[in-house]
Amino acid sequence: MSEITDDVLVSIRNLRIRFDVRDGIVNAVDGANFTIRRGKTLGVIGESGCGKSMTAKAIMNMVPKPGVMTGEVTLYKRHVENGSQVVEEIRIDQLDKDGEEIRNIRGGVITMIFQEPMSSLTPVFTAGLHIMEAVKLHRFLPIESIGDTMTRNIQKKREVSPEEAREIAIDMLQKVGLPNAAQRVDSYPHQLSGGQRQRVMIAIALSTHPELLIADEPTTALDVSIEAQILDLMRELQETVDMAILFITHNMGVIAEMADEMVVMYMGKEVEEGSVVDIFENPKHPYTRLLLASIPEIGEKKRELATIKGMTPSPFNLPTGCVFHPRCPDFMPGKCDVVKPLLATVAKNQNARCLMYDPCWPNTAEAQAVKAKA
Amino acid sequence: MVSFLIRRVFYAIIMLILVSFISFLIINLPAGDFMDQKIAELEARGDKSAVARVEDYRVRYGLDKPMLTQYWIWISNFVRGDFGLSFQFERPVKELIGQRLTLSILLSLTTLTITWLIAIPLGVYSAVNQYSIGDQVITTIAFIGIGLPGFLLALLVLYVAIVILNQDVVGLFSREFQDAPWSLAKIWDLLKHLWVPALIGAVTGTAGTIRIMRGNLLDTLGQPFIEAARARGLKSRRVIWKHAVRMAITPLVIILGTEAFPGILAGNILVEVVLGLPTIGPLYINALTTQDMFMAGTVLVLIVFLLLVGNLITDLVLAWIDPRVRLE
Ligand SMILES: Nc1ncnc2c1ncn2[C@@H]1O[C@H](COP(=O)(O)OP(=O)(O)OP(=O)(O)O)[C@@H](O)[C@H]1O
Ligand code: SF4
Ligand SMILES: [Mg+2]
Repeated sequence: MSEITDDVLVSIRNLRIRFDVRDGIVNAVDGANFTIRRGKTLGVIGESGCGKSMTAKAIMNMVPKPGVMTGEVTLYKRHVENGSQVVEEIRIDQLDKDGEEIRNIRGGVITMIFQEPMSSLTPVFTAGLHIMEAVKLHRFLPIESIGDTMTRNIQKKREVSPEEAREIAIDMLQKVGLPNAAQRVDSYPHQLSGGQRQRVMIAIALSTHPELLIADEPTTALDVSIEAQILDLMRELQETVDMAILFITHNMGVIAEMADEMVVMYMGKEVEEGSVVDIFENPKHPYTRLLLASIPEIGEKKRELATIKGMTPSPFNLPTGCVFHPRCPDFMPGKCDVVKPLLATVAKNQNARCLMYDPCWPNTAEAQAVKAKA
Repeated sequence: MVSFLIRRVFYAIIMLILVSFISFLIINLPAGDFMDQKIAELEARGDKSAVARVEDYRVRYGLDKPMLTQYWIWISNFVRGDFGLSFQFERPVKELIGQRLTLSILLSLTTLTITWLIAIPLGVYSAVNQYSIGDQVITTIAFIGIGLPGFLLALLVLYVAIVILNQDVVGLFSREFQDAPWSLAKIWDLLKHLWVPALIGAVTGTAGTIRIMRGNLLDTLGQPFIEAARARGLKSRRVIWKHAVRMAITPLVIILGTEAFPGILAGNILVEVVLGLPTIGPLYINALTTQDMFMAGTVLVLIVFLLLVGNLITDLVLAWIDPRVRLE
């Protein structure tokens, strides 16, 4: 998915994250490429352990030790300079991990909500303190504009005061639909339910007006009814602010509901990418097809849901050729277990990593032979 | 919170009564009490007036009465501040304990302060830089410290100080100040002596504290809320001290109540004996070996009292640190 255009917010090129552990090397992310666009939602889907969270952490330059990250993560940050908008290119992967520049991005330009609402809030701080902590770091209020309209754009900014931070906290908690926000602002995490805590996490994440919200399986730990509420809330809030979302999930239904574009990941690589509409209508990669076949449809009487046979392979002992081949219903013997497929364009703005679509492959003699045999 | 406090104090009092009773029983258990011994000894010497005096004690403290009555007399005097008589020294227990108690508390507080000032930063450093050279050095030293008994260290210090450096490190005062009234010079003399046992106590205490701090902090640093705090753009230092250490320090607070407080009186008896300190520890050992019952009983009750006070303070500090404790 493509060339850098105006609306690109974050671009990830050839991202690799590897862990050297005692049993060998784990390539948690193995050459991922994708683009997050301003104001749009990109869904990332894949089974547990395929590297979704690591990708998210890479965007914040927060890959945990002993992980090593290579490749490029570029943020195209917009800001106003001398009255005109400029886009600044920031190579996130090259920033000092605890330096001021990345800390201003983390929690300011890019915020994140996590899978475990139960343990993502510090138990000894109130909901309000979490928000205030973020707001004090990242939100600045204009000081009375100096001069006339000519200089309007050279406004001075100042940090928010503790009282203003508290007001913002209450206001945010109200926005995320926490009942009694004025009192709840002083609640400790253990006094809130799982859904309420996730609302608080969202409030923290949105309180600093980020350009990108990374939501790493934000509803996996919640009941279905709460999940629906949280998803609705996120969509509503996204409409009111100009914010992109990177939505990580392992649930196709959630992708359908939330995302504009999607990336399907398998074992650290993207295997299919494109717009949600295109992929749902016309999935190309066998893995995507299986994922789609496993969504239960509403109103449908007990149909056997397709399951994907087998388990994800051990990262220390990856299958040869296409890593998906031991589980693939379209497995082509002699080919899929030998040749590593590349990402190929399969339709307009839709790519898949499968030998069936490899531009070189279908025309080769071996391909014809395999087809004839089948 | 107030009802929580009242409940705790109530339990503490019941506990204190029970313990005082049991310790009284245990101290009285061995056949032939201190009195019998003393009287036999005095009679053998033919000291008539002394025998009469001791008989007088026997009656005054009801030692010829049944055990329960004895206990009652003792405990009711105790709450009035009369801890009874040390039969060995034939002086009131209160008088004997008085100054030693102050010195014991002073020594413990100094030791504890040094221990925490060294151990907490080192433990935090060790956890934050896990497996670094610094961590490994600290860990090695900590293990040596855990394995090294305090009295051995005290003997080593004595040897080095007296034999090699020709310094006076025994006790807490120089000879000329031993019985002198308190003055600035005496306090200065005390400080000059105090650091030796304090440091010995700290060396052995620090090692364990470093390990506890390191282990807990490592656990806490692996929690999702730490990553979430980082993702909010907080400085590493703030994440570690405000979000992690505050959670990880709880076990140290518990140790403070359960070990450090009762340890004020009997924590490091061996070191105190080796260094000949005028603190409670050596007095207590002496009272136990000579069956000086009121002396031993008083110290034991004071130890338990400190334990209970320590527990109470622990609960309060924990409630202050961790809101989850507050509600129960
Ligand atoms: N500290 C580590 N040491 C070694 N390997 C690690 C470490 N952390 C993560 N990994 C590896 O990275 C891979 C990707 O992990 P990641 O958390 O990104 O998966 P995920 O797609 O988010 O899965 P889930 O759906 O379970 O959240 C995992 O297979 C894991 O083996
Ligand atoms: S390359 Fe082969 S094994 Fe891999 S997905 Fe395509 S058909 Fe399946
Ligand atoms: Mg994950």
